[in-house]
Amino acid sequence: MEYPNQSGFRQRKLQAGVRMRGTPGDPRDPSLLFDDTSAGGDKHDLSGVGKGPGVCPGQALISDPMSNLALAYGSSLASHGREMMDKNLDRFIPISKLKYYFAVDTVYVGKKLGLLVFPYMHDNWEVIYQQDTPVAPRFDINAPDLYIPVMGFITYILVAGLALGTQNRFSPEILGIQASSALVWLIIEVLAVLLSLYLVTVNTDLTTIDLVAFSGYKYVGMIVGVIAGLLFGRMGYHLSLLWCCVSTFVFTIRTLRLKILSEAAAEGRLVRGAKNQLRMYLTMAIAAAQPVFMYWLTFHLVR
Amino acid sequence: MAFTLYALIQTAILFTNAIAVLHEERFLSKIGWGAEQSIGGFGDEPGIKAQLLNLIRSVRTVMRVPLIAVNSVCIVLLLLFG
Repeated sequence: MEYPNQSGFRQRKLQAGVRMRGTPGDPRDPSLLFDDTSAGGDKHDLSGVGKGPGVCPGQALISDPMSNLALAYGSSLASHGREMMDKNLDRFIPISKLKYYFAVDTVYVGKKLGLLVFPYMHDNWEVIYQQDTPVAPRFDINAPDLYIPVMGFITYILVAGLALGTQNRFSPEILGIQASSALVWLIIEVLAVLLSLYLVTVNTDLTTIDLVAFSGYKYVGMIVGVIAGLLFGRMGYHLSLLWCCVSTFVFTIRTLRLKILSEAAAEGRLVRGAKNQLRMYLTMAIAAAQPVFMYWLTFHLVR
Repeated sequence: MAFTLYALIQTAILFTNAIAVLHEERFLSKIGWGAEQSIGGFGDEPGIKAQLLNLIRSVRTVMRVPLIAVNSVCIVLLLLFG
């Protein structure tokens, strides 16, 4: 991305340090995870706003050459420190891989939410690959993403606070307790699935983040259930939760079937053998755990 | 049930300690879960029991030293803060 309009007293000082570092995120990245939606007009406004308050005290600072030097040194130190932190952080948390899971757009989110609530008409569940790497979720509705699970988790906590508030059981600590409780159950579920996948020796390309994504899709059903319970009472809660449990069950089975089972069995042909049977049981167990968790995490919210 | 992250950490430490305490020759061999009994054929895929034994053995080997450190920290913290 070009920055043609950054003016103000920082430009001359920063350029010396920034140019040798280069741009951190290459704008001509061929995979194009994110659209470049920054328009030239935004830069104009930002630089104009930054220039205004910067000019008056800046004039006083610029005139002193010692503080110029200190400014340059400080900014180069800050950029160096940030670059080192980025490099080290990337070693522990794969930030570039995480970016893939957030490359979504509105159309994808809308279609995926519809698929989570009504997965019965969709027939092609395969993930599209592009030279051995899966395509970004924005181009393929079957690809897992982390945006819906994260947003669903946060919305679930807020809706839980709302539900408890309507029953006069709310206090600010409750939000933290709900959040950590749901997070702990998510971690336990992901660890259990990882352990069972290891024990059954499944050769799959499911990563841990994929499993977190699939486990996080149930928050959508939980939110629908709790909101229906708030609006329509216990009967509405039970009915909508039942519907969402069945849809999440079907969705999970149809998505995981292609990843865990072998090719022939996934197409629906009956393949004999203990191994495939074990894998089928595993898929059904993972899918059956979803409604159990959905009920467990919401029944105390609706009285 | 209100779990906290601290309870999860406690559970993980307790589970890992439990696996690390299983003695190889005094206990595991007696019930047929010893290390030498799991090395079967290399051709076919190992079954669940072999994978489980492998997991127990690798957890014991890998986590022995870190568990010493983590347990010491836990002991000190529990002594100080109850």
